[in-house]
Amino acid sequence: MKILKIFIIVFLSIGFSQLKSDEKNSELKTKILKNIRCLICQGQSVYDSESDFASSIKLIVDKKINEGLQEETIYDFLREKYGDWIVYEPGFNKNTYILWLLPLLLFLFGGAIMYKKIKKN
Amino acid sequence: MKNRFNLFVIIVFLFFCFIIFYKGLNNSNTYSPKISENIYIPTFVAKDFNSNTYFNSEKIFEEPIFYIVNIWASWCVPCRTEHPLLMELSKNQSIKLIGLNYRDNLSNAKNFINTFGNPYHQILIDKNGILSVEFGAYGVPETFIINKNKKIIKSFSGPINQKIVEEIKLIIE
Repeated sequence: MKILKIFIIVFLSIGFSQLKSDEKNSELKTKILKNIRCLICQGQSVYDSESDFASSIKLIVDKKINEGLQEETIYDFLREKYGDWIVYEPGFNKNTYILWLLPLLLFLFGGAIMYKKIKKN
Repeated sequence: MKNRFNLFVIIVFLFFCFIIFYKGLNNSNTYSPKISENIYIPTFVAKDFNSNTYFNSEKIFEEPIFYIVNIWASWCVPCRTEHPLLMELSKNQSIKLIGLNYRDNLSNAKNFINTFGNPYHQILIDKNGILSVEFGAYGVPETFIINKNKKIIKSFSGPINQKIVEEIKLIIE
């Protein structure tokens, strides 16, 4: 009886951990697909699009996740094939550094002006 | 004096914004990706259209010659317009054409080949479009030129025309 109980507990815990990992993969897949642009229905993400291109990308992302690839590696794979534009969130590189740094610079600049004004008053 | 200067700065700034947005209006809002060129062909295993057996990419591109990979489908109308040009290219002995049958019904595809002729040395089946993504394609038809070092040196999205055929011939020579 005791052995049977242990067996059931082990069996259920294996089952649950499998479920958990499937759920994790599916969350990751959704996250990645929402961050990829569809090149056919431009303005839609691959997640929202029903085009042939989008369904191929969905399959390939699924395949890469099952192969154990990380999120960034999958983006890199797609960037290599289609360029930076395929990903909604642009990476930090020589073409995008102004985009990333400008808000920070403006924030610092605004902060400096405010600081000066407050100090003056 | 200070107020006038401020007004001047504001007008210049607004004018600058106007120019940027006005120029932006004329830009095309459809993005066509610049397909990576000068990269090695992907390694893959694909099903052959005629024999239904599987081939790996090394076997398909084994000869040290130029290859042309053409993505096509029987349901794709522009593929019909470029087909005679592919037939013309297939007469050239120094290149081999590889067809990638994209998301197609097999019997329709066979009918297409029987009706319009077969310009391809080998046709591979890309049932779910994964193979085309590996090549960096996003639609049909698309054509890739692969050099003797197995690198994609040029790609054309959309149907090829006479001008592109001449360009391909020049590259091969």
